[in-house]
Amino acid sequence: MSEELNIIVCIKQVPETTEVEFDEETGRLKREGVAAIVNPFDEYAVEEGLSITETYGGIVKVLTMGPPQAESALKETIAMGAHEAWLATDRAFAGADTWATSYTLAKCVEKMAPYDLIICGLKTTDGDTGQVGPEIAENLDIPHICYVSKILDISNGKIKLKRNLDDGVETLEAPLPVVITVSKEINQPRLSTLRGRMKARKAKINELTSSDLDADPKKLGLEGSPTRVVKVFTPPSPEGGEIVKGSPDELAEKIFQKLMECRVI
Amino acid sequence: MSELPIKVDKTKCISCGLCIDACNFGSIEMVGDYPSIKDDCRLCGACAEACPQGAITIKEASKDTDLSAYKGVLIFAEQRQGKIHPVAYELLGKGKELANDLGEPLYAVILGSDVGTFAEELTSRGADKVFIYDDSALADFRDDPYTELLYNLVEEEKPSIFLIGATAIGRSLGPRVASKLYTGLTADCTSLSIDPESKLLLQTRPAYGGNIMATIICADTRPQMATVRYKMFTEAEVDTSNQGVKISKTVDMSNIPDRVKILDFQKASEELSITEAEIIVAGGKGLGDMKGFELMEELAKTLGGAVGASRPTVDEGWMEYRHQVGLSGRTVRPKLYMACGISGAVQHIAGMKTSDVIISVNKDEEAPIFSVSSLGAVGDLYEVIPKVIEKIKAHQEASN
Repeated sequence: MSEELNIIVCIKQVPETTEVEFDEETGRLKREGVAAIVNPFDEYAVEEGLSITETYGGIVKVLTMGPPQAESALKETIAMGAHEAWLATDRAFAGADTWATSYTLAKCVEKMAPYDLIICGLKTTDGDTGQVGPEIAENLDIPHICYVSKILDISNGKIKLKRNLDDGVETLEAPLPVVITVSKEINQPRLSTLRGRMKARKAKINELTSSDLDADPKKLGLEGSPTRVVKVFTPPSPEGGEIVKGSPDELAEKIFQKLMECRVI
Repeated sequence: MSELPIKVDKTKCISCGLCIDACNFGSIEMVGDYPSIKDDCRLCGACAEACPQGAITIKEASKDTDLSAYKGVLIFAEQRQGKIHPVAYELLGKGKELANDLGEPLYAVILGSDVGTFAEELTSRGADKVFIYDDSALADFRDDPYTELLYNLVEEEKPSIFLIGATAIGRSLGPRVASKLYTGLTADCTSLSIDPESKLLLQTRPAYGGNIMATIICADTRPQMATVRYKMFTEAEVDTSNQGVKISKTVDMSNIPDRVKILDFQKASEELSITEAEIIVAGGKGLGDMKGFELMEELAKTLGGAVGASRPTVDEGWMEYRHQVGLSGRTVRPKLYMACGISGAVQHIAGMKTSDVIISVNKDEEAPIFSVSSLGAVGDLYEVIPKVIEKIKAHQEASN
């Protein structure tokens, strides 16, 4: 490993989910005028990459796979301070599920070598799977650690960190290179600066297409994806209020029964 | 640049525009007389289904795995420190249903140290076979060895379905295993069933922050893998007359990668963060003062949940910002959200309305929070909540 750390941060451009709503009349997803943003979880990944390079030295390369317009998400990370932007864009990548996405990203990472640390957000706000990080690691045959809450040390080709599990906090040590996914408590993402935004405007976006990658074309995009979405529908909306009145005892009993019904006790 | 694997046959297209209406993602537009598919197409196939002329086709992948060799529903029985995670019992419950629909057996796998004794617990809850990987080196979960052993098990036993609880461990381990097997994995499923015709596993899950639901299939690779949300399905009942087979698998750690070292583990005692909590008890201005949050904390503790707060209470300094729910704080989507003394400002509701179940207590019958509540109780929270806590405690003692 070189002295300077080579960090790759994987991000995704997503629609502003709080605005994604079903049109009750047509039963379709409303997408008009919905802003495309950097997946909020990925901002923590970018921030962590930047703060690591500030402590240990090195560079942050940000990678995304998406349509050409995903370039704007990359530019937002340049404005935060990322050093390089890489866009994997090709119609052959379209329709990828998490398997094909992570395969493609792993092939991009190989192309962008050397790499010591790959940082992903906990999950995306659109797909909401959290699967791509671990799957990239498996494709690269390197270890991964999910839900990282604090980096303790990076030295001698090893990283020491804390991560959250459901029942507590583990302190782990892994050899580099490694893939980590970071939880929101790890940092507070910085805002872009005016100078950063100026730099982003002129930033060069490195493009990768399928022909640039040492990839099996059968494992890309829709063709490479084991899963398929067969139906999209509106979730049953909260059944908008059984409103009950009565004595405190009666109300408490109603609430208790509801708690039993939804199996939280 | 390659082509999208979706095509519009202009000789068949009658320019009716139904495909444009059918597209959930706004990825089709009319260019001249014909629909043109944009690069952000998700290839979901809704347009092809809507087309009355069959003019839209999507090139299907052809995979050559022998699917008939795969039989049985396998569930991962997660254990931590000598206790089986209850999600495993829910997987057995759902797994049995699926196995019955398919006419296939139900399997469970458990990894750990001294875990052989769990076999009976798993067979009594319906597993026809329990595979046991017992080694002192497996006592603590690590992705590397667990992945390798589960991969080997699937290769040997060839289950058609493999279910894993969507716990922190399951959501780290599942993707690794699926990736190694080159098969599909659907995250955090809330509903599972067998399609009566195709016999495929229909895997349904929320996406876009719970704004939409998607049903996903894995047609051409096996096993069909899913992580399954905790507390979605009913636990399999214990029936000691259930007979199952216990199969001890050999573990040779010398051949297994094990790259990440555990240096320390601190069991959680500190409070749960609201974004990760499955249960949130939130208080608002109706609490009257800062002391009201003590009652919220007591209820949250009884339910094993976290405490949330509305913006006014945070602005007043009754609670810290990290507890704030709403657009100005954190957006949350727990299984249960209990709103106590919260009237339900628009920005608050936007931050919690996708919770699975919402129960609210408020004196004001007209409070907007009731319009999004599954159950709204009109009353004084100081009279009602202590009684709720009593009832829960009595129930918990009775079931222990």
